[in-house]
Amino acid sequence: MSKSTKTASKRTKGYAGMTGADLFHKMLLEEGVEVLFGIPGGVLLPIFDSLYGTSIKFVLTRHEQGAAHMADGYARSTGKTGVCIATSGPGATNLITGLATAYMDSVPMVAITGQVTSALIGNDAFQEADTTGITRPVTKHNMLIKRAEDIGRAIHEAFYIARTGRPGPVLIDIAKDATSNTLTDEPDLTINLPGYKPMLTGHIRQVKAAAEAINASKQPVLYVGGGVIISEASEVLSKVAHRGNIPVTTTLMALGAFDESDPLALQMLGMHGTAAANYAIQECDCLIAVGARFDDRVTGKVETFASNAKIIHIDIDPTSISKNVKADIPVVGDAKDILEKMLPMIKSKPRKDWLKQIAKWKKAYPLHYDTGPKIKPQQVIESVGRLTDHDAIITTGVGQHQMWTAQFYGWRKPRQFITSGGLGTMGFGLPAAIGAQFGNPGKTVVDIDGDGSLAMTVGELVTAVHYNQPVKVVVLDNCYLGMVRQWQEMFYERRYSATEHPCPDLSLVAEAFGAKGIRATDPSELDDAINEMLKHDGPVVLAASVEPEENVFPMVAAGKSLHEMDMGRLV
Amino acid sequence: MKHVITALVQNTPGVLAHVAGMIAARGFNIDSLVVGRTEDPELSRMTVVVIGDDHVLEQVRKQLEKIITIVRVRDFKDIDYVERDLMLVRVSAPPEKRAEVVELANLFRGRIVDVAKQSLTVELSGPEAKLEAFVDMVKPYGIRELARTGIIAVQRGEQRAKEQKENGKGKNA
Ligand SMILES: Cc1cc2nc3c(=O)[nH]c(=O)nc-3n(C[C@H](O)[C@H](O)[C@H](O)COP(=O)(O)OP(=O)(O)OC[C@H]3O[C@@H](n4cnc5c(N)ncnc54)[C@H](O)[C@@H]3O)c2cc1C
Ligand SMILES: Cc1ncc(C[n+]2csc(CCOP(=O)(O)OP(=O)(O)O)c2C)c(N)n1
Ligand SMILES: [Mg+2]
Repeated sequence: MSKSTKTASKRTKGYAGMTGADLFHKMLLEEGVEVLFGIPGGVLLPIFDSLYGTSIKFVLTRHEQGAAHMADGYARSTGKTGVCIATSGPGATNLITGLATAYMDSVPMVAITGQVTSALIGNDAFQEADTTGITRPVTKHNMLIKRAEDIGRAIHEAFYIARTGRPGPVLIDIAKDATSNTLTDEPDLTINLPGYKPMLTGHIRQVKAAAEAINASKQPVLYVGGGVIISEASEVLSKVAHRGNIPVTTTLMALGAFDESDPLALQMLGMHGTAAANYAIQECDCLIAVGARFDDRVTGKVETFASNAKIIHIDIDPTSISKNVKADIPVVGDAKDILEKMLPMIKSKPRKDWLKQIAKWKKAYPLHYDTGPKIKPQQVIESVGRLTDHDAIITTGVGQHQMWTAQFYGWRKPRQFITSGGLGTMGFGLPAAIGAQFGNPGKTVVDIDGDGSLAMTVGELVTAVHYNQPVKVVVLDNCYLGMVRQWQEMFYERRYSATEHPCPDLSLVAEAFGAKGIRATDPSELDDAINEMLKHDGPVVLAASVEPEENVFPMVAAGKSLHEMDMGRLV
Repeated sequence: MKHVITALVQNTPGVLAHVAGMIAARGFNIDSLVVGRTEDPELSRMTVVVIGDDHVLEQVRKQLEKIITIVRVRDFKDIDYVERDLMLVRVSAPPEKRAEVVELANLFRGRIVDVAKQSLTVELSGPEAKLEAFVDMVKPYGIRELARTGIIAVQRGEQRAKEQKENGKGKNA
């Protein structure tokens, strides 16, 4: 990255005389936008008129939240920037949850909102909302555009900011007259961002210090986060791990960044992580955090987290470093660049004793559940994993089903698992799956959802039917807001306050929407039902009635240390 | 601890709201906040005074630096700097007390900028402590009205806004 982002002024000729809407359309094409998710409205009429017959695939959603999550699922599964569009007022406010979800999980997204005519802004005009004001805390950047001449530059800046550095959603709020007016002058399309200089390359002195600390350690652990997926650093990560014989644990956001069939894999750490991962963290003498942000779901009681370890923290965002846990060796920059520089400095070491200890933990405390007369939720996920060859793109809602999916699918590849980790947004699963399917035609995309979560955005099934996107939805029907119920069972003496809900047959809902519906109630019919779902060429919902009061284990209760896991009935 | 934080920002709408929102969202009270133009028409300088925990304010500084329209941020915690605050204070000064107040103003190198029958207005600038000392001295006479700009600060040394803009070091997202 050059020191200044100000490039030579490129006043391209030939835009004067165009409407703002046509310039907008042209700029989207220039940015390589393939799909646009959204819903039209009054102030967007000029834009939608320009988009009439466009080569960009426009996907009409049921709700703007759905549009944002689709753009998000598209982005996470492809690495490209997702784009969504909503009208002023309620359209824009409906986007907020989607923006906040993407912001928390560092997803590159550009959101366009229409705004009332510039002369009316601030007058409580019809469908006016202070969109830039409302969205400021949940976007990486936002802008209000009032002149047609500024549309082109704004779009280039938005895409540039969204995808570079620590990615995130950028919103452009465009006044209606800026799109209906004709450009009188040639627009200046030059990006002008003197305050934006993402640091990409790691400082070599810090890289060396980190490598030395790793080489000196006996019991190192790689704690890998979502930044490794963003930076496409999985391959070099695996090389570093194997060269140093360093076990690897991944956060919820990084599942797939390291192949879980690899002997060095510890799977997920944290509140619902594996015992081996959590014990390894507590016992390690050198913790190498890569693109991870020491979230409280991961650290448990922060004072005791990896308290014997020297902490190396590699992250592109200085605000992530030493925020929750003080880093002994911070390395700011892109994970891939830093790991590549570090690889040749890592001494090849067997670390036999450490790996033996790890193998012991893995053997003693594997992820586990008991089967029974009813379908167990974990069983559904294991079967989906097996029957999709661990190769599908999986999305989820939020709750117990999300944690079981994290634990039991068997992750192999980056960008395979798409889930709302930071905000924990119920209703994310289905629209994210539809977005991922648009970005990956021909691939199997499965939303493993909860009955509560799915209900929040189930209307988007109509979108899947409308565009014949063959997403598969497996809904774990436990007739509970299960994750909250689990906490009530464990910490509030089973007082199930507002966590039980009616359980409509979601396979019939699917049929009513024009999708296929399948229902499974007995363990013996589970595999056939999943195969039937996978074979069907079109949107399909498999409703699986599961054991309603199953709990997620291991579990580190709030405020406890990682080694104080509750293993459930196991121990 | 008191932190004097200055930020070089792009002259665009929304920057002030962004900075204020960032600090308020973390539950800090802004002691003073001053915005003014610099020699570069594209840039303004903001000086914010906040009182709070060092660790948390280090996080605030980094977060401010992340705002796209902010070019550069510094916390003068470990940097040598010059600070000034400007005050206008209207003090009760009936004819028999007027000479005393004028003398006090002179002692503090203040200037009398308005004289009325029963009051005097004094303009005084300097570091915070000096202004506060003056306020203490004139309190017994009766303060009718007081306004302060809040602190503006620059580091001692040589860099100009333009050079800081070109200087990419330490700026991230
Ligand atoms: C019900 C529920 C339970 C949960 N339980 C767990 C749990 O048990 N375990 C768990 O791990 N999580 C859990 N989570 C998720 C948790 O809340 C956090 O979302 C997650 O731990 C954060 O993951 P991360 O640290 O990988 O950071 P991310 O949010 O993925 O952040 C990515 C980090 O990488 C950095 N980065 C970005 N790009 C780059 C780059 N190119 N190079 C270097 N760095 C980069 C970013 O600056 C950031 O610091 C749970 C969530 C829910 C909803
Ligand atoms: C939008 C939203 N509202 C509320 C919550 C709080 N919450 C977290 S998990 C959960 C229950 C989820 O229920 P369900 O989708 O059925 O999943 P289950 O836990 O039963 O697998 C709730 C209400 C949330 N995460 N998101
Ligand atoms: Mg449920």
